[in-house]
Amino acid sequence: MTQILIPIAIMAGIGLVLAILLGYAANVFEVKQDPRVEELILVLPGVNCGGCGFAGCEAYAKGVALNGADPTLCTVGGPVVANQIGDIMGVKVNAQEIMVAYVKCNGDCEKAKDKYEYHGIMDCVSAAALPGGGAKSCTYGCLGLATCVAVCDFDAIVIRDGIAIIDENKCTNCGACVKACPKNIIESVPLNSRVRVACNSLDGARDIMQNCEVGCIACKKCEKACEYDAIHVNNNLAKIDYDKCTQCNACVEVCPKSTIENLLMIHKAKPKDITA
Amino acid sequence: MDLLIIFINAMLVNNFVLSRFLGICGFLGVSKKRDASIGMGLAVLFVMSIASIGTWSVYTFLLEPNGLDYLKTVAFILVIAALVQFVEMVVKKMSPALYDALGIFLPLITTNCAVLGVTFLNVQDKLSLGGSLVNALGAALGFFLAIVLMASIREKLDRVSSVPRAFQGLPIALITAGLMAISFLGFKGLI
Repeated sequence: MTQILIPIAIMAGIGLVLAILLGYAANVFEVKQDPRVEELILVLPGVNCGGCGFAGCEAYAKGVALNGADPTLCTVGGPVVANQIGDIMGVKVNAQEIMVAYVKCNGDCEKAKDKYEYHGIMDCVSAAALPGGGAKSCTYGCLGLATCVAVCDFDAIVIRDGIAIIDENKCTNCGACVKACPKNIIESVPLNSRVRVACNSLDGARDIMQNCEVGCIACKKCEKACEYDAIHVNNNLAKIDYDKCTQCNACVEVCPKSTIENLLMIHKAKPKDITA
Repeated sequence: MDLLIIFINAMLVNNFVLSRFLGICGFLGVSKKRDASIGMGLAVLFVMSIASIGTWSVYTFLLEPNGLDYLKTVAFILVIAALVQFVEMVVKKMSPALYDALGIFLPLITTNCAVLGVTFLNVQDKLSLGGSLVNALGAALGFFLAIVLMASIREKLDRVSSVPRAFQGLPIALITAGLMAISFLGFKGLI
């Protein structure tokens, strides 16, 4: 009988002592946490992408609740989460626009030439470090070696014909690809602005003509066509002011190289459901 | 046994990861980034040290006198889990910075087999309290060394080499670990 009772007593004893110790310690070492932090953690998406600039969703929740961080920083949750955070914190949040990442290059395998055949490491950062900044004849263009694909937590980027293409339905604007691209081609743009300049090259017209069929040659036709003062050519590159652009399509129509694209018309990607 | 010999033995000659093959899941799981692997290594160091003291006491003062050697698996897991919980609370209160640094690794290694393994080896080799502590420190530093080396290699692999598709991810990691284990075999003649 004691053969059974002693082990049971000892194990139960160990368990009991530990339980009492832990229970006691939980009281002694209790850390008072702002209850809003937990509410915020529940509201945040929990993907820990770091797009807000904090180490993760929990760190951001603490930042908002304790250190007064901006409640609109969560790019994954967008305006919906920003409003929920505002409700919890008791502040009014101006719902911001949904932003997505956009690859400013259309020079795919057919349209842009290569300087040489590249047989090295399949990584844009390594390739861009080579003389001439990679194989593509345009030094500003997308190398298509999928460094952005590798860093995307949301599976939103594919390489098609040697160009990175972002699926705007999946993109959360976390900014990982923007940081990773050695050519700084990827930019955050408003999702609703469908007219965009698909070129990143600051080269002059002659170089562009040699290198790429769809590069911006800085002819300024778009600037003249725009009635709203929304597009300007600086440093040999057209740039749209998305605040002013009304998406009238005038620049798209006059662009001789089809550099400016209207995503609504070419159906590269469908716009997200904006009411969500 | 001399304490130094115990230490060298646990850290290099019989490295827990690369020659005893304990704690492999943590070793492979948290060795993608070097920063994370350092955190994991420190957490293991921490837990192994206190766990070996705790379990040594329980074994020597409670189990052995009553002839309950067969209960040590259950009792050790219980003690380790409780200790980790306790340490987590203390660290959270005393040093939030350390708590943030260790992060999820603390609870993660509660039932790490390397931690359980070192406590078993302590009682199996009939080590004293000091010996147990030194053994745990050596084992943990060995784990730290292995995981940080591994993470550094894997970071480098991801960055500068084109791994064939069939070997990407875990396969190449396992091959790397195998090669590291072979190189650690070189320490066998040390003692």
